[in-house]
Amino acid sequence: MRPVRRFVALAFLLACCAVIGAEPARLPAEQMAKAVRNDSITIPTPGELFAALEKPGKPNWVGQMRGPIGMTYKNRAQIALNLGSLIADGFIAVEAKDSQQVKNIGTDIIKLAKALGVSENVLSRGNSINEFAENDEWDALQEELEATQNEVKSSMQSHRDQDLIILVSVGGWIRGTQVVSAAVMQNYDERAAKVLRQPALVSFIQSQLKEISADVRDEPLIKEVSGQLPGIEKLVTFPAGKAPTADEVKKVNEAVGKIMSQIQAKEAK
Amino acid sequence: MKASMSIFAAIGLAITTAVAVPESDTEVAARKAALDLAGAFSNEGFKMRDGHWSGTIKPKEHALIAVNLYAGNQYWFSVGATELAKKISVNVYDETGNLVQTESYNEGEKAAAGFSPTSSGQYYVMVDLVEGNESSVCLVYSYK
Repeated sequence: MRPVRRFVALAFLLACCAVIGAEPARLPAEQMAKAVRNDSITIPTPGELFAALEKPGKPNWVGQMRGPIGMTYKNRAQIALNLGSLIADGFIAVEAKDSQQVKNIGTDIIKLAKALGVSENVLSRGNSINEFAENDEWDALQEELEATQNEVKSSMQSHRDQDLIILVSVGGWIRGTQVVSAAVMQNYDERAAKVLRQPALVSFIQSQLKEISADVRDEPLIKEVSGQLPGIEKLVTFPAGKAPTADEVKKVNEAVGKIMSQIQAKEAK
Repeated sequence: MKASMSIFAAIGLAITTAVAVPESDTEVAARKAALDLAGAFSNEGFKMRDGHWSGTIKPKEHALIAVNLYAGNQYWFSVGATELAKKISVNVYDETGNLVQTESYNEGEKAAAGFSPTSSGQYYVMVDLVEGNESSVCLVYSYK
């Protein structure tokens, strides 16, 4: 190697080492345990989950839509869980490019949001959802659904309904996981199945549910949901990089399907 | 159209949170810097996630934020800070604490890291204040 080339190669190597050396190559466990975790950045949105599911091939989104759910729930915790699941339904309808379904779901979201007494800002989102659906503006609709979810949570925070915020996220995650596992079951693909691996997320959800006030935590439906999450955490714990088998996906689908039925039952236990 | 919608969504997001939780001027400035940077990725089809983390970091200190990502998606983590920060950096670690190889962007008080996870699960985003004084910082992320 010529001296000049050798010098350039050495300089490049030193530069690389300097960059790598600026950051620890490995984080200690205690540092990871202290990392910031919060609802607004640690829990992925249904949109992110569905974007990953679509990568290997477009699933049959229309087949994943469900019929209308009840709108007459009296229990606020149950309303919050269903509100989260409805927002996930909105994302499914957007993926299916079904503007009528988006409008129907938008109307239901607003009905449930009203039942929780959220602010007028949220209610005006219903008009935007309708308008975007009329014009087939799918990207804008997805953003609007995410914004609606966040506005619902902001309104809950300002109304001191902090406990309900995590329930909206939980409802969305359970419905999203039900849909993704069902889609993978219909057309098994290892790449799509990999999105179901989320042990840390389920663990975080459980820790958040432990922090809600005792009166909400002790409600039968919330106890039921919380009681089933450790089992679901085990079901979504696969080795990193390994896809779950079709049978493992089926088990995840059955477990989240059971919770979803309880959440949308007309009268919570 | 897509880019303009994203900008509207970003402004809407900033206003919404400003109403919900009072933010200081420096937090708003850091947020704006992060959203400006993330807006550039919208032109490449990335959707900005409607959520963020804000905080303060001191020189030679860092913030570590846990996120849950999906294999198959591509992600960009954009960080903005106030002008007191002269240089910041963003790095990503996997759930076992190993540094992940990322594409990176760095310009003064803005920095970003992008990668495509091959495994779904938890990752950690580390934000460092490499040069400058104590500053407000904000992290947002985009995916496609």
